[in-house]
Amino acid sequence: MDAVLQVNDLAVHFLTPEGTIYAVNGISFSLDNSETLAVVGESGCGKSVTMLSILGLVPIPPGQIVNGNAIYQEMDLLHSTEAQLELIRGKEISMIFQDPMTSLNPVLTIKKQITESLQRHMGLPMEKATQQAIALLNQVGLSDAQQRLNDYPHQFSGGMRQRVMIAMALACMPRILIADEPTTALDVTIQAQIVELVIALRERLGMAMIWITHDLGVVAGLADRVIVMYAGCIVEEAAVTQVYENPRHPYTMALLAALPRADLRRNQRLKSISGAPPTLHAEIHGCPFAPRCDFAIDHCWSENPSPLQLPPEGGRVSPLLPSERATATGGRFDRRSLHRIACWVDVQTGKAR
Amino acid sequence: MIQRTTGAVYAVDDISFDIQRGETLGLVGESGCGKTTAGRTILGLYKATAGNVSIDGHDICTANGHEWMTIRRKASIIFQDPYASLNPRWSVSAIISEPIRVHGLLKTVAERDQRAQELLELVGLNARHLNRFPHEFSGGQRQRIGIARALACNPKFIVCDEPISALDVSIQAQVVNLLEDLQERFELTYLFIAHDLSMVRHICDRVAVMYLGVIVEMAPRDNLYEKPLHPYTQALLSSVPVPDPKKERKRRRIILTGDVPSPINPPDGCRFHTRCPIAKRPPVASRCSEIVPEWREIKPNHWVACHEV
Repeated sequence: MDAVLQVNDLAVHFLTPEGTIYAVNGISFSLDNSETLAVVGESGCGKSVTMLSILGLVPIPPGQIVNGNAIYQEMDLLHSTEAQLELIRGKEISMIFQDPMTSLNPVLTIKKQITESLQRHMGLPMEKATQQAIALLNQVGLSDAQQRLNDYPHQFSGGMRQRVMIAMALACMPRILIADEPTTALDVTIQAQIVELVIALRERLGMAMIWITHDLGVVAGLADRVIVMYAGCIVEEAAVTQVYENPRHPYTMALLAALPRADLRRNQRLKSISGAPPTLHAEIHGCPFAPRCDFAIDHCWSENPSPLQLPPEGGRVSPLLPSERATATGGRFDRRSLHRIACWVDVQTGKAR
Repeated sequence: MIQRTTGAVYAVDDISFDIQRGETLGLVGESGCGKTTAGRTILGLYKATAGNVSIDGHDICTANGHEWMTIRRKASIIFQDPYASLNPRWSVSAIISEPIRVHGLLKTVAERDQRAQELLELVGLNARHLNRFPHEFSGGQRQRIGIARALACNPKFIVCDEPISALDVSIQAQVVNLLEDLQERFELTYLFIAHDLSMVRHICDRVAVMYLGVIVEMAPRDNLYEKPLHPYTQALLSSVPVPDPKKERKRRRIILTGDVPSPINPPDGCRFHTRCPIAKRPPVASRCSEIVPEWREIKPNHWVACHEV
């Protein structure tokens, strides 16, 4: 198995004066080398907190890593020291954020910000680091990089700032790039530019990517596999075509049915999901989606299902994990063949699984 | 025609259109194109620099006193930000009934409260929550409160200024369905300002595309989406990601280079020529960089401003 990152049973809470917020509630997933994993879900589902915790970027307190581990190169990131994490952040695992105006330092020049990680992580002297910075900025499409090195973030447009962020994130050729809604705040034509850029860079550099978003259109073009989150839990995980063509969790199905289409002539009403996502102020008992689910049965209210591999059509749940089956028969395990859902009901029959 | 200049920001520069009774006209474009300015000017929230705006026969730009108040009852607005558009210190009842009070439509508190309850139910909220405050509601519920307020004086026309952009996907569908139901029930006319082209296709009858203060194309919905004529519309539509992996990965996008120029100093001639894939640029002499393209009806009901079409 080629997992470059393995997260197990991660649970993160926030302790606030108003009570505990159960932000992430026991999730496990893997990321393979060179694959692009999309993490989708609506606000509050825990997608950002998950990634921030992996890199030690959640303030503790009020955050609290209640459980879990995140294994990268035999190191558990959740139980490492700050000094150990500093060697990883920006060098092995990089992150880009939604709003480049607040994630770039407004009082430092672009040159200072990009060369900082080159000097720190790669030990390059200033002159070499500057040359590298220019090369990186050219790579991300800033053709007048040389002239603009001494500019400040506010002198760039939103799209250009995001390109600078990408250049900084890739400066040390990380193995994993985590992108947290990097195009959500951008206009659609600029978003298209940035997505094209990221695809080209991915081809060239071969890094693994985790792309966090609520935009199911962007995911369709970018991801190899998709994880769908709801109320701090993973509800569905599968290869991208499976998620769109054969979704099996009621939440995924409802989300796809609520989407309007710019490319299709349609005249029906949008199927909305009644109610609203839970506020996460209470511990999860039972499936968090049950109150809004068309398929809920009694069991859904009493026990929160864990994600389980779907059986092959008409078959029974195998005692072996697909990975075990693959190695048992001498084959190679392709994580894209996994299709896990956390649900007590078989949506195709409406009955318990 | 509406024209607005403030210092040197050409936010909306000479746009003309009409909206038929009962219709939903979409006004789309990216940041800085002037769509929000246009929407607010149409209602008189900004003063138009030139031109006129007529709502149900009344001219906003010249009306005052009694006629102004009449227009303000007939036309209302739903704002984008459900957190900034409701006064956090007023109860929901006060927020919704403010227009009624201002226009003197119902004189007693009891009558206004009753009307507020009706409005809350109309938008799918619990009438018993009349005395709650905005912070006690979710984003989607706050947007419904904004809609209730917009309905308070029985308007005929509502400017919906990005009413769902700040909401989650599953809530967007709820709110859009509500808007459609209300439109049918009360025969409302909408100007739907948005940047989400997928949602615009769903809810609108006709769509106008803006770029840097001008309308570049306007057509019935399916015509615009299936056969866009203006190069900017074509690029815009080709950038919209589609939730279909096979389609999305096969698509050939028209990627525009560079950024949108500033409205303080818009390009000469056609404002889009600096990024247009088909414009001929200096040093080659062309109309695109020198002459403002004419707004023409190229096909029945399909208008474009482009030299090359």
